[in-house]
Amino acid sequence: MIVVFVESWNNHFKKASFEAVSYARSWANTAGCGVRAITSASAENTNQLAQYGADEIAALELAQTGAGIGAQLAGLVGDTQGVVVAGTAVGKIIAPTLAALTSGSLSTNTTGTPTSTSPVVVERGAFSSKGIETISLNNGLPIISFVPNAIGIEEEAGAGAMSTAEAAGADKLTTNEVSVATGKVALPEAEIVVSAGRGLKGPENWGMIEELAEVLGAATACSKPVSDIGWRPHSEHVGQTGIQVNPNLYIAIGISGAIQHLAGVSASKTIVAINTDPEAPFFKAADYGIVGDAFEVVPTLIEELRAFKAAN
Amino acid sequence: MNILVCISHVPDTTAKINFTADGSALDPAGVQFVINPYDEFGLTKALHIKEAQGATITVLNVGGPETEPTLRKALAIGADRAVRINAIPTDAITVAKSIKNHIQANAYDLIICGQESIDYNGQQVPAMVAAFLDLPFVNACVGLDINDGSVTAKAEIDGGHAIYGCSLPMVVGGKKGLVEEKDLRIPNMRGIMTARTKPLAIEEGEDGGHTAAVSFAKPATKSAVKLVPADQVNELVRRLHEESKSI
Repeated sequence: MIVVFVESWNNHFKKASFEAVSYARSWANTAGCGVRAITSASAENTNQLAQYGADEIAALELAQTGAGIGAQLAGLVGDTQGVVVAGTAVGKIIAPTLAALTSGSLSTNTTGTPTSTSPVVVERGAFSSKGIETISLNNGLPIISFVPNAIGIEEEAGAGAMSTAEAAGADKLTTNEVSVATGKVALPEAEIVVSAGRGLKGPENWGMIEELAEVLGAATACSKPVSDIGWRPHSEHVGQTGIQVNPNLYIAIGISGAIQHLAGVSASKTIVAINTDPEAPFFKAADYGIVGDAFEVVPTLIEELRAFKAAN
Repeated sequence: MNILVCISHVPDTTAKINFTADGSALDPAGVQFVINPYDEFGLTKALHIKEAQGATITVLNVGGPETEPTLRKALAIGADRAVRINAIPTDAITVAKSIKNHIQANAYDLIICGQESIDYNGQQVPAMVAAFLDLPFVNACVGLDINDGSVTAKAEIDGGHAIYGCSLPMVVGGKKGLVEEKDLRIPNMRGIMTARTKPLAIEEGEDGGHTAAVSFAKPATKSAVKLVPADQVNELVRRLHEESKSI
């Protein structure tokens, strides 16, 4: 059995939830076993997980923190062949906690599904996307935390037998406040990211970036200098020491493309660079480029995209 | 207060990464090694705590003798003593066990790690250390206030932030926000001189092998950029729809 932890947000599943089940299904098919999904007892429509390959769906009263959930899972994975967790903020705490408590064998930042199962061998991102590591999970329970959006979702029906589970796992933190922006697309999970840099000249010019993001249903991001000088919040800083993203489409506007920035975005499937400087390093990393002034190109792009959306 | 800052010895952020001809490891030729940037925010935070309320700061690295210049640099920046755990850091769980053993033999009130190292990007060791020692853990920590052993910590979560409370001892996986970029310190001459005489202890670490690197490769190089004239933005939209299927 492959166990997959399926996260929910405000009792709803997101793309990363279903992707985790798809990942587990793919692994289980290679290993010739079934998939047991473990999810929150308060999540709605848990039977949906069967569409992506869950044979068993166990609902659990979850702890509040990743460390607490990791401890709970440690009590539930005794007789399993492997565990899958999406590499979300919480997942990034659950997976190593579980690995420590079970003396397991963990791959994080994983970008592919297992190519072999005895031992489990997978590819993962290393050296801030400048390298790809093939890693073998040799000793202990194999645990895989994958990069959301790296695998994609695939529908494949599972038996979907519902059950409940109980496991202890105390939180060691009190949660005093949780603040999540509503109505905005969160950066780590965004399928399209619109990012801008110092080429925008000042924080007052971000209106067109937000407008472009809105038209595309995208998240907004920025370069490191822009967050360091306080034009935009740190939470938007994409790059080697900021958030690493891998959307389907990354649009870089007025960002030169320093090696540290490219490290955070090079896993994007398609990259568009818009810059006045034809020598900007970003053009070497981009799929499409426009050499031009952002203040002319972006408003036109917004207009063209509106027309495109209206026609499609 | 006794603070432990765990430090990784990593290629500089601007380094070009190459692998050995057989693909088995990083080729260190021509690579400058530095304190992992995430850890540097943690070290600077420890200095702020020391200056505000007094503390002894120990920096620790799990690695071979080649990492000692990086520990000396941390001493030059202001740490009081250094420990190198002599082991090849092959997997996170083994590194975390070595750190756990050191913590159990020494009483620390606060353990600060960077949330991840920029070489293997595992984001595993801090959570493992906390799990081994059954201590509170805050990952992606961007704010830390300590008052009489009571901690308020701010963490980045998906799409926002959370504020947590706990008491010491605890483990932090930190990043920029713990301190700002402008707060980072460059060692001065006096710091470099005093660092030479500060203690650097060597302890033996665990041998492991839960995971093994089979091989390393560089990502496939991109084909040349397709430039679209600035006055044909509609052409870009068409290509994003028809060619790359991004929209």
